[in-house]
Amino acid sequence: MSGVLVVLEQRAGNWNRMSFEALAAGQQLAAALGISCSAAVVGSGIAALGTELASKRLDKVFLVEHELLGEYTSDGYVTTLEQLVKQAAPNYVIFPHTYQVRDFAPALATRFRRVLISDVVAIHAEGDGTPVFVRQLLQGKLNADYKQTAEAPAFISIQAGTFRADTVVEGAAQIETINPAIEASQIRNKPGERFRESASTVDLTVAPVIVSVGRGIGEADNIPMIEELAAALGAELAASRPICDNGWLPMERQVGSSGQTVAPKLYLAVGISGAIQHLVGMKGSKAVIAINKDENAPIFEVADFGVVGDLFEIVPALTKAVLAAKS
Amino acid sequence: MKIIVAIKQVPERDAQIQIAANGKWIDEDDLTYAINEPDAYALEEALQFKEKNGGEVIVLCAGPERVTSTLRDALAKGADRAIHIEADDLAQRDTLGVAELLAVAVKAESPDLILTGLQSDDLGLGQTGVVLAELLGIPHATIIMQVEKTDTGLRVKRELEDGWFQHVDMPLPALLTIQSGGNKLRYATLMGIKKAKSKETNTIAAADSSEAAALKLARVYLPEKQKKTVMLTGTPEQIAAQLVEKLKFEVRVI
Ligand SMILES: Cc1cc2nc3c(=O)[nH]c(=O)nc-3n(C[C@H](O)[C@H](O)[C@H](O)COP(=O)(O)OP(=O)(O)OC[C@H]3O[C@@H](n4cnc5c(N)ncnc54)[C@H](O)[C@@H]3O)c2cc1C
Repeated sequence: MSGVLVVLEQRAGNWNRMSFEALAAGQQLAAALGISCSAAVVGSGIAALGTELASKRLDKVFLVEHELLGEYTSDGYVTTLEQLVKQAAPNYVIFPHTYQVRDFAPALATRFRRVLISDVVAIHAEGDGTPVFVRQLLQGKLNADYKQTAEAPAFISIQAGTFRADTVVEGAAQIETINPAIEASQIRNKPGERFRESASTVDLTVAPVIVSVGRGIGEADNIPMIEELAAALGAELAASRPICDNGWLPMERQVGSSGQTVAPKLYLAVGISGAIQHLVGMKGSKAVIAINKDENAPIFEVADFGVVGDLFEIVPALTKAVLAAKS
Repeated sequence: MKIIVAIKQVPERDAQIQIAANGKWIDEDDLTYAINEPDAYALEEALQFKEKNGGEVIVLCAGPERVTSTLRDALAKGADRAIHIEADDLAQRDTLGVAELLAVAVKAESPDLILTGLQSDDLGLGQTGVVLAELLGIPHATIIMQVEKTDTGLRVKRELEDGWFQHVDMPLPALLTIQSGGNKLRYATLMGIKKAKSKETNTIAAADSSEAAALKLARVYLPEKQKKTVMLTGTPEQIAAQLVEKLKFEVRVI
């Protein structure tokens, strides 16, 4: 095949929302290199998803079905995809960078003595040069260009929001059904039901204004200072993950990949560095204001207005000014 | 139960980062280092597991001489002994190369359980644990918040996206990658620091890498901004006044 193979993610017949971003990445990489693009979906009882994919501009759709793939396990997926990659022989295998992909794709790449280029934020490719895959280092403080020096296949996972799902090109493709050889005895882990910790009583997704606090706040005793600013602005209070992990604010106020995804009119980030897992939860906000003492903090990359300074000086002054403006 | 915790030393979170002259990595000269945060949680999980179920906790770290300070801290917190794989050329090895180094040391110990952080704060590839499990031929689970011993092996609580979780039952030996925040981290006590001095650190030389790396880090640089950020400056009062203007007339939330 020697083209691009995109492995999409689904669960119980529903697409993961990042699947089509990965498909857009695959189509664009293939177009830049002048090679073909195919896609695969793995699971059990997923014929409808294959039909949906067949309406995209693809060389082939691999419908990879087995009853042991109904529920995700790393063993099931690695065994299956090893067979598929050997059979289809792509040069590039592309995944969305989901928690599930993090769980199995490094092991899959190891079976080919390759290393997954994980969490890619940009691809530079043209003609027959080796493509450059851009990843973040040091929690977003730096970018790095990676190249594969080994022969094909290369394995790449694409970070959320890097490519737009609505740029996927429509077309027509043939479906090839594949029934991988897997035995129940090869699957060592037994996954249980999915569950949520507690019913959420705070719906941050509808809040027009959010004041969000991060580890820059130092300790729990300082949280009331942020609460006062939120109250002055009539805003909901939110937080980065470490604040919720520490129990300084309840889990339901966490924004990010393992918390809520918000898109308010204003997101005011106080003492938050802007790690990618936080950014994916808030970068759809209409306006972002960031207050951080580190001028290189990645949160400034998505901020409309930025203040480099000590939050303990800025926040009280801002609360006072907001209250004065409102009265 | 014999538990190995694979830990990494990384630049401290607040460290000022400078790009190295060759543009391929950061300047390491004046950097201060600390244990990778998720690895600190992996160590904590191992120590609590040992307190409940008995056994031994061994910390394992590959890297140059400086990483022994991180191993000593782990011993002071309660690990029983340490293994240092001495290697000055980790930057030339990719994830597979580093995992192969770790695999050699792990195999010699035949542990029941291997824990590591889910990703490193510097490279952030999030793969070393999974690749190590694959090389060892044992099952793994990633992004783990809690670990419990069962009659047949382990039951772990795995984090999924958007606030969902799942329990997974798995046999031993196994490898888990641990998420930050599941436990409260302990501090080393004075007693612990004293005791650490008499604990054993086994230093082993890294084997030369058997194969060329599959990946190359070609260049590091500051990220380009996605948005034009207007930076506000002045005294706190002046900044507050400017922000209120923006909130009133541009963002329109006052
Ligand atoms: C699988 C996975 C899922 C995750 N899910 C989430 C998630 O859903 N949500 C989330 O937020 N994170 C999540 N994380 C964690 C994420 O990677 C970061 O560790 C986290 O977002 C960092 O939080 P922070 O910005 O508050 O802390 P830090 O990164 O420690 O940043 C603190 C910031 O405060 C600044 N600061 C310090 N003192 C002051 C001061 N006096 N004045 C002004 N600024 C100051 C510092 O310059 C720094 O930029 C996840 C990680 C993983 C691996």
